Order: sequence, then structure tokens, then C-alpha cells
Amino acid sequence: MSEINATSDGVMSADPSARYYVNEHHPENGTLLGFWLYLMSDCLIFACLFATYAVLGHSYAGGPTGAELFDLPLVAVNTALLLLSSITYGFAMLEMQRKGLRNTLIWLGITGLLGAGFIGIELYEFSHLIHQGAGPQRSGFLTAFFALVATHGLHVSFGIVWLVTLMFQLRKHGLTPENNRRLMCLSMFWHFLDVVWIGVFTFVYLMGVLT
Amino acid sequence: MSNQHSHEHGQHEHGHAPSTFKGYMTGFVLSVILTAIPFWLVIDNVFANSSTTALVILAFAAVQIVVHMVYFLHMNTKSEGGWTMLALIFTIMLVVITLSGSLWVMYHLNNNMMPGMMPESAHAIHEMNEMP
Repeated sequence: MSEINATSDGVMSADPSARYYVNEHHPENGTLLGFWLYLMSDCLIFACLFATYAVLGHSYAGGPTGAELFDLPLVAVNTALLLLSSITYGFAMLEMQRKGLRNTLIWLGITGLLGAGFIGIELYEFSHLIHQGAGPQRSGFLTAFFALVATHGLHVSFGIVWLVTLMFQLRKHGLTPENNRRLMCLSMFWHFLDVVWIGVFTFVYLMGVLT
Repeated sequence: MSNQHSHEHGQHEHGHAPSTFKGYMTGFVLSVILTAIPFWLVIDNVFANSSTTALVILAFAAVQIVVHMVYFLHMNTKSEGGWTMLALIFTIMLVVITLSGSLWVMYHLNNNMMPGMMPESAHAIHEMNEMP
């Protein structure tokens, strides 16, 4: 009895580093993989909205078509803003790796402003459409259009809220491992939204003007 | 001993390969080119046939999505022990099924529903009514 106790005690005290090693090895990547899985499920939401748009995209109900409504130069400006915000977020990540807190905050601020500009132009476009009587209730095409593009815009808006929150946390706590992990998650989110926007400007705007 | 161990692990905190300025710039330049060409093709009506343009800009979009995945999202077969790639492949499969399935089913539904609304079938119904 006492012998067993002694040996089990011995195991516990002799190998703390081995147990530590086993525990340490896995959970560090858990958040990033989990966030990636969230992004993949988000991708399925967008796939459903794209499928809806593909089915309803020509149901104009006698109303305006995409060729009549879409303003391509405005969409080009919007695309440029989102693409630029992607590269400025990349610069923020590089500054994070170099542990330069001030520059990280500056690049994050620029990214946020570009994102806000994107949302501003999109809201202007929406209000312009609704003003013309081409609101989401006009036809199946416009319902699908507003559902898809506004869901993307909503994601960008929440990304901006997250970004501002993270800037305050960075200013308060600095580049701690936790904050670095959060920055990497937001980086994946931001670049993922840019990938979705590639689908939107190609499939909705460019092909909408084409037909 | 145990302190040294935890310190070593602290160094490798990010399971991902560190991103580089060159990688981001390559991705950015490529995606600017891959965005500008489709806009130019559509605005200037380069091809006379609009379905040719549609196929070309869809191809550009597909290439640009791969560029973003590789240079911005740092996708590779090794990160997280291959699990991110596996999740991505599974998602692409589901997306393809969702998109192609919806289009296929709804195309057939539109073709087969409401025969009275189609011009030729309306004519056929008219003839059938006059037959007896």
C-alpha cells in the first residue's frame, strides 16, 4: 500500500516537465484552427446567399436590371478600398511581428478608416438604390442582391468594431501573446471578407452589367 | 529545466510561418492586376460575345481567390497539421454542391412549372380546348 503511494508520488514529482510538455503542445494552435472552422461555416452562409442570387438574379419582375442600376466606377473604388485595407492589415501584422506597438496601431487605424470608407460608399449606394425605388422589396433580383451584399457589409462593419476594440486593448495591454492571437484571428477574418468580395464584384456587379 | 522548456515553447508561439513583406506585396500586386483586368474587360467591352467575357472574368476571380488564400491567409498543406486544408477542401465540396445543385434544380423547376405561362404551351392548351 505504502509502496504504491510512494511510486505514484514519485511519478508525479519526477515528471512535471513531461506532463507540462504534453499539455503545452496542443492548445496553443486551438484558437486559430477553431477560428478557421468558423470562417468555413461563414463561407457556407455566403454560398447559400450566392446560390439564392444565382437563382433569382434574373427575376426582375418588370423592374430595373443590374445593367441599369450598377455604377461600375463606384464599385471599382469600393474594391480598391477593400484591397488596400487588406494590404495595410498585412503591414500591421508585420509590425506586430517586429513588436512595434505604435506602428501596429497606426496601420490598424488606416485599415479601419479604409473599411469605414468601404461601408460609407456601400451605404450611399444602397440609399441611392432605395431612393430610385429599387429597394429590396421591388423584385426577386433586388431581394437577393440586398441580402448578399448587405450580409457582406454587415461582416465588414463587425470587423471594424472588432478592430477598434482590439486597438484599445493593444493600447492598454501591449503586444501580449493573447493580443497577438486576437490580431491573427482578425487578420484571417479581414482577408476572408476580401475573398468573399472578389466573388461579389465578379458575380454580382460585373456579370450583372454584362447581361 | 522546466523553465527552459516553457521558454523554448514560448518562442514558437505562432504555429504559422512568419509572414513577410515580400509575400504581402506579391499578393497585393497580383490581386491589383487580377482585379483591374476584369473591370477593364467589362467597362470597355473588349469581347463582342458577353458569355466569353463572363467565363474569362470568372476564371480571373478563381485565380485571385487562390492568390488571396496563399499570400494573405497563408494557406498551405502543413499549417495546423493539415487540418485547415482538410476543412477548406470539405467546404469547397459543400459550396460546389450547394451552387450547382441549386442552379440545376431551379432551372428544371422553371422549365417544368406553370405550362400555361409559356408561349408555346399556351398555344397547345388553346388547340386542345378547341379539339372536341
